[in-house]
Amino acid sequence: MKRFRRVALFLTSLLLVAVAWEVYKLVGPEAGGKIFGWSLLPRSNDRAMPHVWEMLSRYADPEVRGSDRQIWRVVLAGAWFSFRLALVGFVVGTFFGICLAVLMCRFKVAERGILPYLVVSQTVPLIALAPLVVSWGGKIEVFGWSWPRWLSASVLGAFLAFFPVAVGALKGLQSPPAASIELMQSYAASWTQTLFKLRFPASVPFVVPALKLAASSSVIGVVVAEISTGLKGGIGRLIIEYARAATSDPAKVFTAVFGAALLGLAMAGFVALADMFMMRNRPKEATT
Amino acid sequence: MSAVDIRGLGKVFNQGAANQVDALVDVDLSIASGEFVSLIGPSGCGKSTLLRLVANLLEPTSGSITVNDKTPKQARLDQDYGMAFQQSGLFEWRTVAKNIELPLELKGWDKSKRRERAMEMLELVKLPDFAEHYPWQLSGGMQQRVAIARALAVHPPLLLMDEPFGALDEMTREHMQSELLSICRRTSTTVVFVTHSIPEAVYLSNRVVVMSPRPGRITKIVDVNIEGERTDATRDNAAFFAGITAVREALRGVEMSDHVRGIEDR
Repeated sequence: MKRFRRVALFLTSLLLVAVAWEVYKLVGPEAGGKIFGWSLLPRSNDRAMPHVWEMLSRYADPEVRGSDRQIWRVVLAGAWFSFRLALVGFVVGTFFGICLAVLMCRFKVAERGILPYLVVSQTVPLIALAPLVVSWGGKIEVFGWSWPRWLSASVLGAFLAFFPVAVGALKGLQSPPAASIELMQSYAASWTQTLFKLRFPASVPFVVPALKLAASSSVIGVVVAEISTGLKGGIGRLIIEYARAATSDPAKVFTAVFGAALLGLAMAGFVALADMFMMRNRPKEATT
Repeated sequence: MSAVDIRGLGKVFNQGAANQVDALVDVDLSIASGEFVSLIGPSGCGKSTLLRLVANLLEPTSGSITVNDKTPKQARLDQDYGMAFQQSGLFEWRTVAKNIELPLELKGWDKSKRRERAMEMLELVKLPDFAEHYPWQLSGGMQQRVAIARALAVHPPLLLMDEPFGALDEMTREHMQSELLSICRRTSTTVVFVTHSIPEAVYLSNRVVVMSPRPGRITKIVDVNIEGERTDATRDNAAFFAGITAVREALRGVEMSDHVRGIEDR
C-alpha cells in the first residue's frame, strides 16, 4: 500500500511538472521577458520549449529519416550503455574510496597526507581531464589486453564517485566510540579483526548516503566523459548529436535529456536496493 | 591465591608536559579470588584508570600488577577477564546472541559451540527468549544484562566493571545488583566494580576501596560485614547501614570538590 502510494505520488509529480510546463508555454512571453529590466523569463516559443506531447511523440519516430530504429530504442540503448559504464565507474570508485578510507583510518599520517589531495582532485575540471585519461589509456597494453575506450569514461565516473565514499567511509570507520575500541582491545582483537567486526559494520550508516552521492556522480562523470571524448554509443553522445539539430528539431534533444534522467533514476534505484539490504537490521532512527 | 595483586602502582599522564597529571600514586591492593571489590571516590580519583591498568588498556608508569599471577598483558591475551562499561556497548548490527558470541568468535570457536555458550549465558542472565532480538529492541536494563553475558562468555575468572549500572533507573539498578550477585555466586567470579553510588558499593562488595583525587590514591579500605546471602532484605539490614556510614565517613575525609554521584568525565 505504501509502495503504491509512493509510485502514485511520483507519477502525480511528473504530471504536475508537465502541466506547469504547458501552462508557462501558454502564458509566458514568446520571445522571453524582463522583470524590472532583468531578462529572467525564458522564451516560451516552440523552439525553446516544445510541447510535452511533441517530445513524447518523438520517441515513436525513427531516429533519422528512412531508418527503422525509433528514437526510444536508440535512447534506451544509449542509456543502457552509459548505465553499464557508470556502474563500472561506481564500483571501481567505491572500491578505491573504501581502500583509501581504510588507509587513512589506519595511519594518521596518511589522513593528513592524502585528504587535502582528495579535496583538490575534485576541483580539477572533468572536461580538462577527460581527453588526458583517454590518451593515457590508449597507451596501456598489458599481456595483449589493451585499454578499451569505454574504460576511460568509467574511470572518470570512478574519479568523481570515489570522493564521497572515501570521506563518508573514513568518518564511519572512525565513528565507533572509545568504549567499543577498548572492548575489542580487551578481547585482544587484532587491528584487522577490529576493522571487520567493528569498524566496517559501524561505518555502514555513513557509507550509505555517500553511495547515493557516488551513484549520481558516476553518472555525471560518464556522461561528461562521453561528451568530451566523443565516445559513441552512450547517452552523452546522443545529447551532443541531438543538440546539433536543436534549432530545427528541438523536441529531439529532450528525448535524450530524459534518457539521461532515466539513467540517473536507475542508478539511484540500484543504490536504494543496496541501502535496503545493508540497513535491514538497523535501528529505524539510523535509516536515511 | 590472589586474583589481582597491585604493588606500588603509579600512573602519570602526559609525563613531563605542562599538563602532567598524577592519576594514581602508590596504590597497593590485593584482591582474593572470589572476592567482590568496589572502587569508589569522587571524579578524578583514578578509579577508572586503576580498572584500565588492571585490564591492560593502559600501561603503568611505575609499580607492578599481576592478574591471576600473570602480567596484565598476558591475562588480556588469555582472556582471563571480562569487561563491562556504563554504556552496554552492544553492536547494534548484531543480534543479542551474536553479541555474546563476539569474544568467542575472536578466539576462533566454531559456530555450534559458540551458539551453545551464548544460549547458556542468556539462560544465566534470564533472557533466553531474546537471542534473535537486536539490542535496540531491548530496554536499558536488558541491554546491560546482555553486556554482562558477553563479558562472562569466555568464563573468565575475573570481571571488571566500570559503572555498569550508572545509566539505569534506580529500580532497575537495584534489581540488576541482585542479579549480578547471584550470577557471581553461581560462576564464582571475582569482580572489581567501579561505582559512584555508596549503597551500590556496600550492597555488592566484600570490601569497598575509597579513593581520593589529586593525586589519585587509596585513602581507606572498608570491610563490609553483612552476614549471609545478600537479598533485597539486606537493604534494610543494620549492617548494611553501618557499611554505608563507614564508607560515607571515609569519603568525607576526601576533598569534596566534586559531587560523588554523577557522571565522571574521563
